[in-house]
Amino acid sequence: MSQANPVHSLANVAAAHSASKGDHHIAGTGIEAKNIHAWFGDKHVIDDVSIDFFPGTVTALIGPSGCGKSTFIRILNRMHEFIPTAAMAGEVLLEGKDIYQSGTDVTKIRLGIGMVFQKPNPFPSMTIKENVLSGLKLAQLKVSNQSELLESCLVRAGLWNEVKDRLNEYGGALSGGQQQRLCIARSLAVSPQVLLMDEPCSALDPGSTLRIEETIRELSASMTIIIVTHNMQQAARVSDRTGFFLSDGGPGRLIECSSTSEIFSNPKDKRTEDYVTGRFG
Amino acid sequence: MSTATSTLPPKREITTKPRFSDKVFRAVVTTGGFSSLVILGLISLFLLYNGLNVFRTEGLGFITGFDWIVPLPEEGLPAQYGIGAMLYGTVVIGLIALFFAFPISVGAALFLSYYAPDWLKKPMVLVIDVMAAIPSIVFGLWGFFVLMPHAEYWAKLIHKYLGFIPIFDMPANAFTRSPFIAGLVLAIMIIPIITSISREIFAQTPLDRIQAAYALGATKWSMIKSVVFPYGRGGVVGGAMLGLGRAIGETVAVYTVLNIVFDIRIEVLLSAGGSVASMIVNKFGEANPDELKALMASGFVLFLVTLLINFLANFIINRTARE
Repeated sequence: MSQANPVHSLANVAAAHSASKGDHHIAGTGIEAKNIHAWFGDKHVIDDVSIDFFPGTVTALIGPSGCGKSTFIRILNRMHEFIPTAAMAGEVLLEGKDIYQSGTDVTKIRLGIGMVFQKPNPFPSMTIKENVLSGLKLAQLKVSNQSELLESCLVRAGLWNEVKDRLNEYGGALSGGQQQRLCIARSLAVSPQVLLMDEPCSALDPGSTLRIEETIRELSASMTIIIVTHNMQQAARVSDRTGFFLSDGGPGRLIECSSTSEIFSNPKDKRTEDYVTGRFG
Repeated sequence: MSTATSTLPPKREITTKPRFSDKVFRAVVTTGGFSSLVILGLISLFLLYNGLNVFRTEGLGFITGFDWIVPLPEEGLPAQYGIGAMLYGTVVIGLIALFFAFPISVGAALFLSYYAPDWLKKPMVLVIDVMAAIPSIVFGLWGFFVLMPHAEYWAKLIHKYLGFIPIFDMPANAFTRSPFIAGLVLAIMIIPIITSISREIFAQTPLDRIQAAYALGATKWSMIKSVVFPYGRGGVVGGAMLGLGRAIGETVAVYTVLNIVFDIRIEVLLSAGGSVASMIVNKFGEANPDELKALMASGFVLFLVTLLINFLANFIINRTARE
């Protein structure tokens, strides 16, 4: 990424980024959403969305508020069902298996598909160290070398240097950006194959945002990342592929999904072009 | 902020001219707000005024002593008043009540917050709230006629198998109207308050923390352990203390199922216990003017104890709610 250059247009950023990336090593497991519909009560909010998220890529989901991006991403790790009236249809395939299949242990699914939320939400009653390792306790996992895991997760989340001397302080004492990276580290500790990020930077300052974007780029070497963002520059900077969601007052639909450079430079749909060039939304 | 200029302007008073209707309303709510303080103050003054003489003559012995001797007028002996045994008994039955009520209440609150299906939640909350509204004499009568025969049997079992523990020892064959049974009746009476406070605190657990736990692959139980309990701990403890406060002040129900004896005994299954509130009811009808003052003094002590517990409970709950 060429951060030093002024950003002239999103298309340039996306193209430069794709070029620099080239064919990097592909790792992680893909996840595929097939014909997803979602409802809240009687309200149909997502209409027939299918996306194949390739292993080791970062996919950004963009679109105006209320187009169903967050609902969609929450379907991918079965957080959708916590809303009392929520319903869905379609399939989500992880390693070829439908995560909604009856008889599935949902806690195992969520171990494989981590999530970072919009608002940093470390556990305030736990120290930094306990926060990172909380997933092990919550999912009742045993790990032989905890301190090694602790360090590697914090290093990968780009937080190690800032907190290595204060691991026993409470997580709430960190800044917002650090808290969010702590939450990323926490997700990494249970080694998910897929990481979902629901507007992870919308509550953060630009410096912290940049820091987290670097983290995302580094993590994409080892896992599949799906990030919902309102910030098109961010989508252009961090993602390999971009999906554009839109609702015309009815349920949200996927207008198009392809490589990020294509979405920003040569979108197939007029509505995508209008959105990424800032004509609405 | 301020520059080198030494003459800062004086701070202005910021005022507004209230309307007449506003003034009237203000007067009404101010009266309402202060009335409870005034009533509370007057009651405690009344009790203190009447009991002052007893405190003077008995001194600290009123709290620590455990004799309540009211000589006949012709004997010409000095009276002796000490409520130590009653205070001890009050605490004992309060703790027994808490021992049974606390786990049941926390369990019920957890069930209502995280396990109960929606159609069951509302009716159950209603039932629990209604439980809090049942007159205490009803609990007393139920305790006496329904619970006691069963509890007597349980007490015998406890004595048989755990009798080697001093508190379950039994010097006489008298299992009815014991602190154990009074504690059981009280437990049922304080379940609603502990349940509803715990439930409210649990319901305030921030959703983002709950979701964070689930997103990390938590089971429901591990989520509750790691997120709900740490968040609600203070509130639940505060709720338990409010329950204890109620148990300590409870009068009629305990009076019905407890044999009041002026003695400090550690055997909780024995038909001999104490309770300041019930003791007052017990003695009130036949008390001579002098003894009446001693009862007022007892009331004052009880009042202080419950006030203290309630203050402490509210303090803990509020501190949790702000976190």
